[in-house]
Amino acid sequence: MKRAPTHSYPGLNLGRRHPEADKASEVVTFGFWVFLMSDLVYFGLMFAIYITMIDAQAGGPGPHELFNLKSIFAQTLILLTSSLTVGLAMLALKYNLPRSRIVMWFGVTLVLGLSFLVLEMSDFMAMAEKGGIPQRSGFLSAFYGLVPLHGLHVAAGCIWLIVLGIQLRVFGLTDLLMSRVVRLALFWHFLDLIWIGIITIVYFGGLAYG
Amino acid sequence: MDKRSEMHRRERRRYLIGYGGSLLLTISVFLAAFVFGIATKGVYLTIGLLGLAQLILQLVYFLHIDRRRSSREDLDLVLFSTLVLLIIIVGTIWIMGNLAVRMHTFPM
Repeated sequence: MKRAPTHSYPGLNLGRRHPEADKASEVVTFGFWVFLMSDLVYFGLMFAIYITMIDAQAGGPGPHELFNLKSIFAQTLILLTSSLTVGLAMLALKYNLPRSRIVMWFGVTLVLGLSFLVLEMSDFMAMAEKGGIPQRSGFLSAFYGLVPLHGLHVAAGCIWLIVLGIQLRVFGLTDLLMSRVVRLALFWHFLDLIWIGIITIVYFGGLAYG
Repeated sequence: MDKRSEMHRRERRRYLIGYGGSLLLTISVFLAAFVFGIATKGVYLTIGLLGLAQLILQLVYFLHIDRRRSSREDLDLVLFSTLVLLIIIVGTIWIMGNLAVRMHTFPM
């Protein structure tokens, strides 16, 4: 039976010797997709609230005073690059590259994720200094409901990355761990998709219509 | 073994294509914003479309969603979720916008 060179999930296709692991992993991964999509609906609601709240600034500071596009640009590049490195980490695992390469890509992803969070936190602090706090207006409540929710997801992803790194060290590369890494990578890529929505709707949309 | 390294190269190339494309789109979006400003409707529309293009690019090259049989269920799931999402978002904006107009809180 001929199979296409690239397979359904980036890290699946554990090889002909592991057909059952491949199959089981596929079901779990589909379940994870269902989780991601319900998470997407949650984000979608927050986006909808933000859009309806863009004008509800109640005389408080608006997008033009608060948003720092240069910092947003840096955060975007960092998150995008981490999305690549988490993919490379997974490929390194899948193709049994030397341990140092796996550790390197995991490490780079973690550092990028953490620096994204640091930049985002410093943005929020700069906003708070200008009076942009959640209770100031409906617009700011909606903003702080949405953007830090994404940040929280990234923080959860960083913790997940650390836990997986420890598990890899303790248990070595098992099928189960491999399929967990696949889900982490999916989660991480998903967060980058949400971030594209955030820069387009929250930041640029806020600046265009706020 | 050689086939495996060939596959590795191919998969890595997919990631690099996705990354390069996304990078290009991101930079053009921010460049457009910095150079033209976003107050004009045309520029914002362009930014929105480039964002959409990047979403699709990453879905294909990073999340491996396409029309191949093996990932068709995922595609169905993503499309259905998008439909639900569109109903929620468009419905919310429609109802709340209409309410705002009727309450005279929103100049139109």
